[in-house]
Amino acid sequence: MSLDKNDVEKIAHLARLAIAEKDIPGYAASLSSILQLVEQMNAVDTDNISPMAHPQDAFQRLREDVVTEENQRDHFQKIAPEVENGLYLVPQVIE
Amino acid sequence: MHSKTIAELAAGLKKGDFSSEELTRSFLQRIQQFDPELNSFITVSEEHALTQAKAADAVIAKGNATALTGIPLAQKDIFCTNGIKTTCGSKMLDNFIAPYDSTVIRNFNQAGSVMMGKTNMDEFAMGSSNETSFYGGVKNPWDILTVPGGSSGGSAAAVAARLVPASTGTDTGGSIRQPAALCGITGLKPTYGRVSRYGMIAFASSLDQAGTFTQTAEDSALMLNVMAGFDEKDSTSVDKAVPDYTADLNKNLKGLKIGLPKEYFGEGLNADVAKVVEEAIAEYKKMGAEIIEISLPNSHLSVPAYYVIAPAECSSNLSRFDGVRFGYRCDDPKDLEDLYKRSRGEGFGDEVKRRIMIGAYALSAGYYDAYYLKAQKIRHLISDDFKQAFEKVDVIMGPTSPEVAFKAGEKSGDPVSMYLSDIYTIATNLAGLPGMSVPCGFSNNLPVGLQIIGNYFDESRLLNVAHQYQQTTDWHVRIPDAYK
Repeated sequence: MSLDKNDVEKIAHLARLAIAEKDIPGYAASLSSILQLVEQMNAVDTDNISPMAHPQDAFQRLREDVVTEENQRDHFQKIAPEVENGLYLVPQVIE
Repeated sequence: MHSKTIAELAAGLKKGDFSSEELTRSFLQRIQQFDPELNSFITVSEEHALTQAKAADAVIAKGNATALTGIPLAQKDIFCTNGIKTTCGSKMLDNFIAPYDSTVIRNFNQAGSVMMGKTNMDEFAMGSSNETSFYGGVKNPWDILTVPGGSSGGSAAAVAARLVPASTGTDTGGSIRQPAALCGITGLKPTYGRVSRYGMIAFASSLDQAGTFTQTAEDSALMLNVMAGFDEKDSTSVDKAVPDYTADLNKNLKGLKIGLPKEYFGEGLNADVAKVVEEAIAEYKKMGAEIIEISLPNSHLSVPAYYVIAPAECSSNLSRFDGVRFGYRCDDPKDLEDLYKRSRGEGFGDEVKRRIMIGAYALSAGYYDAYYLKAQKIRHLISDDFKQAFEKVDVIMGPTSPEVAFKAGEKSGDPVSMYLSDIYTIATNLAGLPGMSVPCGFSNNLPVGLQIIGNYFDESRLLNVAHQYQQTTDWHVRIPDAYK
């Protein structure tokens, strides 16, 4: 699989990454070479193999639905780029 | 003092030969002296360390010391530390002061150890040379023109130069074992789920595991005793009793069955490295171990499968860095999408962006089956190879890395050639098995690591096997001349 300029732009948009125009050819080349490496997987027949998600075949633990966290809003918001009255600020979303 | 192991330092502290404060000051001085060149630390937390050292001295005076009380340690800058900057080697987190401690840090604090600072690393642990760090590369103390390996390069270099007696790291595809090998020290990556990942900044959640860099296997056991254990805050941590990892260190290796995978000694392995590793295995034979040739027939698929799974999981994990709640935010965003895109585009480095894009591509509509699902199936094949092997053998051995430390800049322009430096370590992560790297000799005056892979939760045996080798050889006590 070889990626072109359009592919890279599309993927960068999906990943919400601003990529400079001049860097696109470099990314297209390196991403294509990584995909080439990855495609060695295609040589193997895996039709009857089940996918493995966790080494110990563990299942998701459940717990009682109780409050375990205390409110630390002010503490957490101290490191935020921009807050006001306990709210995180971003550029206006709705006109 | 600086060449002593944790076990020796703990004995000295107990006897009153020196205080933790004296010890801490002496290592801080070494950091000041040598680290401007090595660049193994991102943050040196001098004040915090001295406060912890004084507290440790009080505990020791009362006779309540544990094995790690008062011992100076360095922590990889991937573990969140309350009140002390945690960057993960990225511009994205250059201003990030975590509001809480990771479980690993909390465990070390409870044990009374002293945190000297946070070590340099590849950005978000993505790299095998430490060259992707926003804070610059780390130099290998054995030859400053070469890399220390990665991603935990700072932690490895700091121990190799004896700027600290031991440190922590994380290993997603080899990030503890490969730098341990390249820096000539002992590295341990435990079984997936053995050590809590809570507060350890996530790269690939189904592969990441925290572990140790030490001078000796005995010290690894002491560190693991503190780190291992179930944690409710990590849903993948395994609820299984933690043994005393020092208990089996002195067991005799007579009759130990060592498997040598023929795939780990084939094409791509440097001939000198192969020779050194074979000599180490001969040493085990002398100790009474039985050597058995085995096959891990799908090992050649581990790098391809890894470079789908790890990027896919990273693209998902790193979506939390959006410039809204913490971390880097671009100047003057014109709308929300611009804020996301430029904060991420400017905050992440090249390699991280590459992996996020590979992951986003592999997970995008229409490609899931061909990439992520396929890779998870191959992961099963690789894991089954190990299962079969461990029916015949107790441990598996081979080289940790196909070559010794390479020159800075040699591979940084070619991601795929960089990825192949983890060719012998990645399969262990895919299977979730524990692995170690132990210094076993030199090639061109640079250290070579012997990799020892164990069965699930068999860390005690791994440590025993490594410790016995360190009783009859002295590779692990070698220190590069400039740091003696």
